[in-house]
Amino acid sequence: MSSATEQAKKEVMRRIRRSRSPKKVIKTFFHYMFLTVVTAIFFAPIAYMLIGSLKPTAEVLDGINGFVPKNLSFNNYLQVFATFNDESMGFLWRFYTNSILVSFVIVFGGLIVNSMIAYALARLRWRGRDAVQVLVILLVILPFEAIAIPLFFLLRDFRNTYFVQFLPFIASAFSIYLFYTFFIGLPLEIQESARIDGAGPWRIYRAIIIPMSKPVFASVTILSFLGAWSSFLFPLMMVDNPLYVPLPLEIQVYFTQPPTDWGPIFAFGVILVLPVMAVFLLFQRWFIQSVAASAIKG
Amino acid sequence: MAKAKKSKFGQDNLVGVLMSLPGLILLTLFVIVPFITAIYLSFFNVDFNMVQGPQFWGLEQYRRILVDPITSPIFYKALMNNMTFALIVVPAQTGLAVLLAVMLNAKLKGIAFFRTFFFMPVVFPMSLVAIIWALMFSRDSMGMLNGLLNLFSFGYIQPIDWLGDPNIALLSIALLSIWAGVGFQMVIVLAGLQEIPAELYEAASLDRANFWQRFWNVTVPGLRNTLIFVIIITTIFSLRLFDQVFILTKGGPIDATQTVMYQAVTSAFIEGNVGRASAITVIFVLIIIAITLLQRLVLRQNREVK
Repeated sequence: MSSATEQAKKEVMRRIRRSRSPKKVIKTFFHYMFLTVVTAIFFAPIAYMLIGSLKPTAEVLDGINGFVPKNLSFNNYLQVFATFNDESMGFLWRFYTNSILVSFVIVFGGLIVNSMIAYALARLRWRGRDAVQVLVILLVILPFEAIAIPLFFLLRDFRNTYFVQFLPFIASAFSIYLFYTFFIGLPLEIQESARIDGAGPWRIYRAIIIPMSKPVFASVTILSFLGAWSSFLFPLMMVDNPLYVPLPLEIQVYFTQPPTDWGPIFAFGVILVLPVMAVFLLFQRWFIQSVAASAIKG
Repeated sequence: MAKAKKSKFGQDNLVGVLMSLPGLILLTLFVIVPFITAIYLSFFNVDFNMVQGPQFWGLEQYRRILVDPITSPIFYKALMNNMTFALIVVPAQTGLAVLLAVMLNAKLKGIAFFRTFFFMPVVFPMSLVAIIWALMFSRDSMGMLNGLLNLFSFGYIQPIDWLGDPNIALLSIALLSIWAGVGFQMVIVLAGLQEIPAELYEAASLDRANFWQRFWNVTVPGLRNTLIFVIIITTIFSLRLFDQVFILTKGGPIDATQTVMYQAVTSAFIEGNVGRASAITVIFVLIIIAITLLQRLVLRQNREVK
């Protein structure tokens, strides 16, 4: 937080030196003040988790003293590693690989399956295309919650498996829609000339469409990854064997089991979110562009 | 005629069908079939705990959910909670998203730095968000939020039972949901702001319009479609409310945080009453369709005005 304040101060100083309008300087100052205060409010819960994960449990829940970093150690992390290291509690690395495996298959399977059907809808003529188009548009509005219960009922014999966690989520009407709107906007000329040169639709898709569509592939990757990595409701219904539980479900299980040890729970939270956070900070521009691209305005 | 038809689909027909098939099969198996199953099951009395098979009940499940004086109040309570939640979250979150986006849409140094922090909660899974806030919301003076309130009110505000007071619990859930979700909306609004032509602002400045005049006469009309989209997705998000409630309050205290999805999931998962859960699912989808149609209507009106 201090770096934000410093940055704000530096900027104000720079402006004072350069600009002669005191009104503008004051305006800029309040602009930065506002942003800094809101940033502090937004970051407070995250800071609380980070600091709490390094403090003894007894000192985490202590009013605003929870923010005071003292008696810091990695004991909570060691305790998390020690707790999740047998068959009955599950293995920490296993929760990780569960989440990674399931998210990976959903994202990659989804990129292939959804971009293919979107290309067929956008650029090919085939029997039944118009009907499928209407179907996809109808399904875009259907949130997963609307089918969670019948899906649970139909698949209840396959609980505690991997495929039940990823198979229902690979095809996504929303991803198809994003691909479709992007493909429709691509210039036709190159595709037409490739066709004259004798390239079939499959080849055009692989050699021309995919290389031209990196932004939409990035968007769909990020949006479907965020959904898959955070998945909670379906694993809650389908998985209770610690060997197949994904991370977001396991932290809820850990939180529910007495005694509630806040230090290790926060340490678990940090372990859960750290890799995603690192990816986010590295590819921030892509994250933000993906979310901006998710808006369907009419 | 036959030739014309052949050339209409031509060589692409087979490839088109083949390329759509994997997606189509998966959508059918995991979206369409389950939804039809939900409609079908909603006409039955299906119970996991029952010895006998499903019994045809006709509209009995719907009667119990919507009409029966003993079993329907809980559903209406849940629906009311969803509506109240939407009435809090939609204006608060949209307003905050617009405010933050306008503040970030300035040519100042280090703007991206602030944007990072506002967006950060979006990458947190909701289960983790709920658990962090469980501790923020601790009820006595040891709670973080109570500590902060105490500090900033110089001891005037007494500790609040954030999740245990039926009058406050839903508001607390709304608070953490806004924290977790506003970054997403802010980014969409920011993209909308950047689409507004700069000339409009220049023209407004030439007319000596002040900040608020520019905001209401240039920014808001320019954002209209973006705002409708944001409001619709936030409304649907309010209807889907489940994770936070399940982790923090389990629908309590005294049903103050019951929601439609929470009812559906607990009916199926805890009571084993799949018939009732399916009927709730069908009602849920009908509400979502109604909201979406309303959106289409508003957007169409907008186009006609233009």
